[in-house]
Amino acid sequence: MSAHADLDIDHVARLARLALTPEERARFASQLGGVLDHVAQLSEVDVSGIEPTAHAFPVFNVWAEDKPAPGLPVEAALRNAPAQRDHMVVVPKVVE
Amino acid sequence: MASALFHRPAAELSALLDSGAISSVELMQAVIDRVKAVDPSVRAFNSSDPDSALAQARASDERRAAGRRLGPLDGLPIGLKDVIAVEGQPLTASSKMLANFISPYDSTVASRLKAAGAICWGRLNLDEFAMGSSTENSAFGPTRNPWDLSRVPGGSSGGSAAAVAAGEAVAALGSDTGGSIRQPAALCGVVGLKPTYGLVSRYGLAAFASSLDQIGPLTRTVEDAALVLGAIAGHDPRDSTSVRSEVPDYAGLVRRRGGPWRLGIPKEYFGQGLDPEVAAAVENAIAHYRSQGCEIREVSLPHTRYGIGVYYIIAAAECSSNLARYDGVRYGHRSREATDAVDLYFRSRAEGFGAEVKRRVILGTYVLSSGYYDAFYLRAQKVRTLIRRDFLEAYREVDALVTPTSPIPAFRLGEKSADPLAMYLCDIYTIGVNLAGLPGISLPCGFTASGLPIGLQLIGQPFKEAELLSIARSYEQAHDWHTRVPSL
Amino acid sequence: MNYEAVIGLEVHVQVKTRSKMFSRVPVAFGAPENTLTDPVVLGLPGALPVMNLAALDAVIKAGLMLGCEIAPVCKWDRKNYFYPDSPKNYQISQYDQPLCRGGSVEIELPGPSRNVMGEHRRVPLTRIHLEEDVGKLNHGANESLVDFNRAGTPLMEIVSEPALRSAEEAFAFLTALRAVMVCGGISDCDMEKGQLRCDANISVRPEGSPRLGTKVELKNLNSISFVRDGIAHEIRRQLAVVQSGGVIVQETRDYDGQTGASQSLRTKEQEHDYRYFPDPDLMPVAVDAAWKERIRSQCPELPFERQRRFFSEYGLPYTITSVLVVDRELSEYFEEAARLSADPLAVGNWVVNQFLRELGEGKLSFAELRRRVPPAAAAELVAEIAKGTVLTTAVAGLSAALFQADPPVGVRQAIEKAGLAQRSSGEDLERWCREAIAGNPKALADFKAGRDSAINGFKGPVMRAAKGKADPKAVDEMLRRLLKEAG
Ligand SMILES: [Mg+2]
Ligand SMILES: [Zn+2]
Repeated sequence: MSAHADLDIDHVARLARLALTPEERARFASQLGGVLDHVAQLSEVDVSGIEPTAHAFPVFNVWAEDKPAPGLPVEAALRNAPAQRDHMVVVPKVVE
Repeated sequence: MASALFHRPAAELSALLDSGAISSVELMQAVIDRVKAVDPSVRAFNSSDPDSALAQARASDERRAAGRRLGPLDGLPIGLKDVIAVEGQPLTASSKMLANFISPYDSTVASRLKAAGAICWGRLNLDEFAMGSSTENSAFGPTRNPWDLSRVPGGSSGGSAAAVAAGEAVAALGSDTGGSIRQPAALCGVVGLKPTYGLVSRYGLAAFASSLDQIGPLTRTVEDAALVLGAIAGHDPRDSTSVRSEVPDYAGLVRRRGGPWRLGIPKEYFGQGLDPEVAAAVENAIAHYRSQGCEIREVSLPHTRYGIGVYYIIAAAECSSNLARYDGVRYGHRSREATDAVDLYFRSRAEGFGAEVKRRVILGTYVLSSGYYDAFYLRAQKVRTLIRRDFLEAYREVDALVTPTSPIPAFRLGEKSADPLAMYLCDIYTIGVNLAGLPGISLPCGFTASGLPIGLQLIGQPFKEAELLSIARSYEQAHDWHTRVPSL
Repeated sequence: MNYEAVIGLEVHVQVKTRSKMFSRVPVAFGAPENTLTDPVVLGLPGALPVMNLAALDAVIKAGLMLGCEIAPVCKWDRKNYFYPDSPKNYQISQYDQPLCRGGSVEIELPGPSRNVMGEHRRVPLTRIHLEEDVGKLNHGANESLVDFNRAGTPLMEIVSEPALRSAEEAFAFLTALRAVMVCGGISDCDMEKGQLRCDANISVRPEGSPRLGTKVELKNLNSISFVRDGIAHEIRRQLAVVQSGGVIVQETRDYDGQTGASQSLRTKEQEHDYRYFPDPDLMPVAVDAAWKERIRSQCPELPFERQRRFFSEYGLPYTITSVLVVDRELSEYFEEAARLSADPLAVGNWVVNQFLRELGEGKLSFAELRRRVPPAAAAELVAEIAKGTVLTTAVAGLSAALFQADPPVGVRQAIEKAGLAQRSSGEDLERWCREAIAGNPKALADFKAGRDSAINGFKGPVMRAAKGKADPKAVDEMLRRLLKEAG
């Protein structure tokens, strides 16, 4: 288990698309450091040969037949949109 | 027995409605008045729509009059945690991010409650996006514990627990990811049931940690929990994790006398950090079961101590991904400052999320990030397997486990807010149930000297809610803790 | 030093289903903006995905047709990245357990000329997986508009090994892959509708070197010819860099098919850390033998296999088969007609000339054309042509008339209606023949003198009078009868 010294909070916040204030940055780094110290005890556990649990009760092949059903009317779909025009959601310019 | 209408159990109110002694409109009005009177101090509600509720009550009365009662919940006001979608109602998750969001669709549980004639009553406060154990992480301010307004109601379903305790809803739905139904139920002196993972559809529950989340009832009695569970449980084709299992008549079964049962006492749940008054109350409850002929056996869940670590990795990882959709594009808070689309994400999310959400999103992003996945997420999932095995191993010897719900009774507002880890440790007895996908129930088992409720947790076997409820009810019937109401 | 190019393709193909990958909203192209959404497609709070069985079936079918190994168990993963066209800001995809692994696409390289078959070879595939498509961004000057209609459409990602060596091979790969997809009914692969999209990873290295060079990802190759041009352009660009002693930078470039130029994408957020993890909202998929068999029984013959069979079974030439086999319906039509005919080659010719021309007109669908001229009618028509009832010069007109007739008419009926029936018993033919004989006394004399070929002197005027609609055999017979009478 890696020590929390590895926690590059700026990099992680960028991946998470979260702008942090300098205060938040410092506070989270120290608080999460504590959490990661606690979490570090997981490295004690021998997990060799242990399957990971993704679902408590895994079943296979949960699907639906390909039968179309009505969706949302466009007004309902866009009712919560912060900005819309011509039945589309407006976002600030996307710069790649 | 509390006499005020708004304090009576759902089953009793249902009988009064059936007999014509009261009308649903009368009951609804009493509850509306109660909310008006006490919610300014309890603050369990984010919002409510009394007009719509009264209209639904009228419709219910008409159905009963016409002999078309939809079920035992017909005409009863049931509160919903503000993270469960009801068409046309706000869905805020107690977050600034969704402060103005109106759900265009019904969650499966809401449509099932409606089909059962229940009135979806109000939007109940929670820790933002269900992340917390005190309801202090609400963007709209904390809910207070009805037993002591200077204390927290627990969380994250604190609004749901407080509303039921304060007589502001006959019953409520909450969601439980690491104890978020059971812990506030314990701290508010009500019954809280977290069903087996997959028994109740998550469709329409704003996700926190998908592999752990489960919706369940908060009620005044065990029988009420059975009634509500019966209405909301069962396979849902819209939720791929919903399990195809038979839904028995929980309320009918729970009224039958069961037992004696073989009950396990996990020794790891009675260690350091357990409040002595809580420990004493739970010991008394165990003694009760012994006196009823139950076989009491100490069992071991050796991986218990890793539960918090496993939980915080898995829950944070899933939440970092689940909450990525809150970006200010299609709905939700949008920063006015944004210069381009990428900037829009950074600012909207910074402005829209509170501190605890940000902390967990960062933790979750970190544990999934390149180079750390195996050490954190994958390892946590493997330890999760071991934790689950501990429980299944114990169930070879016993029918259910008896533990405290929370190591401590309700704490004061602000007491733990500065130390996330201390707050996380409140979930120490409830988290294992979520990691293993098991059903768990908390019911009142006493009060502290200062008058704070204490919760008893019973942990059952997968999909054996009927048995779990019976075990709980056998205790409840021999005690009167559940009849006490806070003075507000 | 000689360099060689190494190319790997990542092809996204929209799977033809009626509803979306993880919800049951209909899939459609060209619907009004944001009318094909629901809580799942929009990523609303609380919405949950449920997978579409038909999409799984389609990818298993693609895998079986391409000789892939179908995973006995696979799962769904979340690929986390933020983009305004991505409603959840993660894409449900398959990371380390794709539905299909391995397999190959048989391609045909360009032959020495259009009429001559080129070399065939197999391009190995790495994997095929299933995922969901994103919405569409319409970029304006200061803002962008998002339409989520396309979001959630089932999308199959086919990844080739870096085994292609030229733009021509890449072109051939896509052409062959598209033929398989269309033939299997897996996708229509209409690039105009974005149903097939291609990214290319391109590098160059000294010929024979075992190491791969630094690769450049070329994006937005959104027509098959852009794929060819864009890759050729990128190879030239890289060769120019390395031959002048430069170094290739790993980057993503955007190819503009209009200008034929590419430019580096300024990826200031070039952190490809997708934080893949298993999607907790979906259960894994287990494909057992029975499921595979069910799909296998629905797999049609592959286009190139069919071509080889058409060579050997019907003696068709490359020129005809290369046109027929890319179209499964047309191939099946041909075969049904050929089985009813004594002359499959003539049937093949008729199908690729007459039927295809009518289809190319674009006025009527294949099904409608087939209804009007069923395979049996095609076989009958070809027989009439062989008998000489219909002149070769009249075949096009008669075929067109058959395709235009609604309700459909029989072949005989159409021949008669168009006045194409041989005139051997008709008064016109007799009259034209008499006139021709009367109008050429010299030829008459020669014929009587025993020069048989003199009969040809009468035929030209008869054909002219008949405006080409007389059967030469009938004319010949009529002339001989009259000449004998006159004799
Ligand atoms: Mg890709
Ligand atoms: Zn892809």
